[in-house]
Amino acid sequence: MRYGKPLGFLLCLVPLGFLISRGASGALGPNPVEVITHFTGDWTLRLLLVTLAVTPLRRLTGQAWLVRFRRMLGLFAFFYAVLHFTTYLWLDRFFDLGTIAEDVLKRPYITVGFAAFVLMVPLAITSTQDWIRRLGRRWKRLHRAIYAIGVLGVLHYLWLVKADLLEPAIYAIILAVLLGLRVPWADLAARIRSVRRRSPRVVPERR
Amino acid sequence: MLIKKPADILPSEITPPQVWQRRREFLKASASGIGLAALGFSGAGPTRVLAGEAIPNVRPSPFSTDEPPTSLEDITSYNNFYELGTDKTDPQTNARFLKPRPWTVTVDGECAAPGEIGIEDILASFTQEERIYRLRCVEAWAMVVPWVGFPLADLIKRFEPTSKAKYVAFETLYDPEQMPGQKRRVLDWPYREGLRMDEAMHPLTILSTGLYGELLPNQNGAPLRLVVPWKYGFKSIKSIVRISFTEKEPPATWNRMQANEYGFYANVNPAVDHPRWSQRTHRVIGDGWLAKKRETLPFNGYADQVADLYAGMDLKRFY
Repeated sequence: MRYGKPLGFLLCLVPLGFLISRGASGALGPNPVEVITHFTGDWTLRLLLVTLAVTPLRRLTGQAWLVRFRRMLGLFAFFYAVLHFTTYLWLDRFFDLGTIAEDVLKRPYITVGFAAFVLMVPLAITSTQDWIRRLGRRWKRLHRAIYAIGVLGVLHYLWLVKADLLEPAIYAIILAVLLGLRVPWADLAARIRSVRRRSPRVVPERR
Repeated sequence: MLIKKPADILPSEITPPQVWQRRREFLKASASGIGLAALGFSGAGPTRVLAGEAIPNVRPSPFSTDEPPTSLEDITSYNNFYELGTDKTDPQTNARFLKPRPWTVTVDGECAAPGEIGIEDILASFTQEERIYRLRCVEAWAMVVPWVGFPLADLIKRFEPTSKAKYVAFETLYDPEQMPGQKRRVLDWPYREGLRMDEAMHPLTILSTGLYGELLPNQNGAPLRLVVPWKYGFKSIKSIVRISFTEKEPPATWNRMQANEYGFYANVNPAVDHPRWSQRTHRVIGDGWLAKKRETLPFNGYADQVADLYAGMDLKRFY
């Protein structure tokens, strides 16, 4: 396990490596900006889902060491999100704030994508040991925002597709499963049962 | 002694050196790209450009733009042709399934002489011209394509439409074996499009049989497609098997699917946004990474020729 983290780190950089090598050899096709945008967006979503898979996977397998990768995976999701957002700002919009504002306000798929990105920023900042200590219990509550980020990210993809919903639907299903695994179904069921027991059904008398 | 003189080589048959060079680079790059598909790149399919047969006696046209054409490689590897797949690179990969011969187009509806016409007859009967047109996609990118084709009006006249013929409807082939994209119901197959009769008869409107002097590559809509340069690309229906004259506005696939995003007219108009993006600017394919987007012009720069077709119409309503 000694080399686990460095290995994971390098693995997370492999997609970027491919993008750079393709870019350097001029092999990004007729519309490179579109390829970069889609590629970095895809990897943001993928790493977000992988991050969200850590906790359920640990619970199912009992492998506690998995959780040590969670922060790194989350930060790499943010890293690809930064690349995605930068591509949009620079190569797509050339920092034209007017059209960016128009996009964010008028186009729902950009609104939710932008919201997801903004929500990721505080999570990335407070990912250090120091911040975890400082925030204590509130840290956990703050970092539950990743659920919202996942939902907004998948919506962002779903709403930008023209006709073929297959790929975003796959992301949506995986996200639904990962979020579903977090719901304490057994507790919920028990609570519902106990509520029913405590308040016996009142049958109104008929007259 | 009679020495047979070979037929003159058309200028359009000669691939410009920069295009030739780019073909080589593209092939090399694609070969090294195999295996990237697992990483989300889908550009590593077969890169062979199909078609490749020269069309004889292609005449130049005054309607051509003098803007530099987009490279053959870009024109044949970046396509929206959902019948051959929804990714931009899919049509090139799946092009091999489509068989453009034999090919017959049925012409029917409100006309005195309905019938069928084969692609060979089409190529032989109508004078083929080179028309270098700007192409503006609804997705805010653009190309310049050196089409080969002939005025749609020439074909229409042959079938003698009656006075009831107010519109012309078009239909793409439906055959999931030849068009693997049709195996899933991404769109309401077969693809349909339509034009008002005056739009169809306009001299800029052509049926295309080729590009760069050669027969149409399958991924560009072989063997016969519509080209209406002042409208968004989706109006220019590909691989046509049926043309019908109708009295009422015929159904158009994208319009029926999402009317607020894709109008029946679909004239290029920077003043009317697509609900999900602005149409004021577009990226020109081949301009490169850091190139600024360009301003989109009304009717894709063909306003002088076509604006009067829409005199008195509210183009914000009839987008």
